[in-house]
Amino acid sequence: MAAAIQCRDLRKTYDGKVEAVRGLSLEIQAGECFGLLGPNGAGKTTTIEILEGLLEPTSGEVTILGRTWKDNSRELREWLGISLQETRLSEKLTVRETIELFASFYSEPRSSDEVLEELQLEEKADAWVGKLSGGQRQRLAVATALVGNPKVLFLDEPTTGLDPQSRRQLWDIVCGFQRNGGTVLLTTHYMDEAERLCDRLAIIDHGQVIAEGTPPDLIDRLGGHNVVEFEASGDASDGAALEHWRALPSVESVRNDDGLVCLNVREPHLTIPALLEAVQKRGSQLQHLTTRQASLEDVFVRLTGRHLREQ
Amino acid sequence: MSEGQQNPAEARKNGTRLRNGRWAGYRHLLASRMKELRREPEVVFWVFGFPLLLALGLGIAFRNKPADVSSAAVVGLRSQEIMSLLGQSPQRASIHAEVVDRETAAKGLRLGKYELAVEDDGKRGIRYFYDPGRPESVLARSQVDHALQTAAGRQDPFSTVDVAVSEPGSRYIDFLIPGLIGMNVMNAAMWGIGFALVDMRQRKLLKRFVATPMRRSDFLLALASSRLILMTVEVGMLLGFGALVFQMRVLGSIATILLIGAIGALGFAGLGLLTASRAQKIESVSGLINLVMMPMWIFSGVFFSYERFPAAIQPFIKALPLTALNDALRATILEGATLGAQSGRLLILALWGGISFVLAVKWFRWT
Repeated sequence: MAAAIQCRDLRKTYDGKVEAVRGLSLEIQAGECFGLLGPNGAGKTTTIEILEGLLEPTSGEVTILGRTWKDNSRELREWLGISLQETRLSEKLTVRETIELFASFYSEPRSSDEVLEELQLEEKADAWVGKLSGGQRQRLAVATALVGNPKVLFLDEPTTGLDPQSRRQLWDIVCGFQRNGGTVLLTTHYMDEAERLCDRLAIIDHGQVIAEGTPPDLIDRLGGHNVVEFEASGDASDGAALEHWRALPSVESVRNDDGLVCLNVREPHLTIPALLEAVQKRGSQLQHLTTRQASLEDVFVRLTGRHLREQ
Repeated sequence: MSEGQQNPAEARKNGTRLRNGRWAGYRHLLASRMKELRREPEVVFWVFGFPLLLALGLGIAFRNKPADVSSAAVVGLRSQEIMSLLGQSPQRASIHAEVVDRETAAKGLRLGKYELAVEDDGKRGIRYFYDPGRPESVLARSQVDHALQTAAGRQDPFSTVDVAVSEPGSRYIDFLIPGLIGMNVMNAAMWGIGFALVDMRQRKLLKRFVATPMRRSDFLLALASSRLILMTVEVGMLLGFGALVFQMRVLGSIATILLIGAIGALGFAGLGLLTASRAQKIESVSGLINLVMMPMWIFSGVFFSYERFPAAIQPFIKALPLTALNDALRATILEGATLGAQSGRLLILALWGGISFVLAVKWFRWT
């Protein structure tokens, strides 16, 4: 099957100085939910807006559903549903009026009632947009993207700032769209969102893809599905000590996370007894020890040395 | 997820989908714009209420009053005789006189309470005290003198008849209303287009719109159409107000007035679009709009005639779009001039609007 979204060697330089995107290539298959994951300022929004045809790349090529923005922009607009990072829709229009307005731009839109129902906005259909909660506004933003009956849905940080329940509601909507054959490209800086929604991801930092694959794939590449974290008295987290922990059985990598030692581990049942023994031998005391499944956050920290949410 | 939802590809095939015609987007954009305006109380006030209040206030303040009643202080020994003479005179209605002492009379004259003091002490004849530099006092002196002389038996050699000429058409309010219409067309177009666009840009709504298949020309057309609709209502309201409250007469045809209003509204819409073409923040566009409009408030003859400005700057004043609009409206409303006679002024408006529009489209930022 042909790629739904394809870009090669995208670059975007603002004012001849700031390089927001530096040679980025992606290939997203039809029917896939693909995530761009990265910290704020990594170039996610610039990338997605170039793909959406809203920004001109400084160089590079974009093909969506086999078409280019230069030659087929009108056709592409009919096929794409877009939700921007922050759009403040007119507050004095009702939810239904807003959806109908957006529907009127497409030659073959879906019925507004159907979209209202799907996004659980029926009760608010006649309420002014200004009176909606954050979650409802975000659902409305997605509704305006879905009402055109798109083949590809672009969502730029769809759940930023939402409460957990609103986030799950939106996830269901995205999954539903994908189940019906749609292709989704979304950006996020939430790990759980990426793990939950995305078939594949690209981790982006400083305008470049630093890793790409399915979530389990990426975690695999980290070398070890498990993470053992501990804190111990003494100099447990200095350089020499880290070397020591690295040498323990089944440990793939080690890092110091602000005094907390994190070990990426293939088989915890081999590592932990050895760890306890080693701590004792050094004459220090364990203050804290947990084990957990590795997450994309670990992948990101491993790749960049930084956490996703910090800048 | 609703059960009823179809696979998008399947839906396309079986053709059960809605189909939008060519103008669906334009119609919805226009309807939405009108709804938004109607739901915004401030807009309703500034567009409709404010010009009416302005017309009412200025119309009352500068109304042509009937010839003033002169007020005179009467002093001296023979005050009562003077009063009775005045009371008998045919002009008694236009003179208000009262007997006071000299001190009160002097003070009243100073403060402008009396325009004239009349003294008759029975020795030196009647003496008038007044400031010859005050027109009201000069008028009062001649009115009182005339009244006294006639009451005392003076005969006028000619018979005369007074005819009032403060007719509708030549009063201040007649000058003012067309100016207010012009100013209102300018204000509403500059704010309604310029401010609205930057507001939508700041809210990222413009970007959201261009991310759909919406035709940009439909969007601009809808904005311009909403201006034209509002302009019709504004012009009708101000004219109706002038006619009802101030008995203003409209000599030109309503169609011609509306056509001039439309050309004006579109011209200023072009200017508004240009002002809004790049600004990212509503604060910066507000300043720009005021900067563009300010010279026209002063020079374009809204509240007073621009003939008062030196001859050297008259060509500059006449080249301003609001001057052209105001002159065209006045000529049509007050003198019944035809559209053909206004072609020069309309050309000025069209040039301002057209050149602004071309530049605006070139520079306009949707994102």
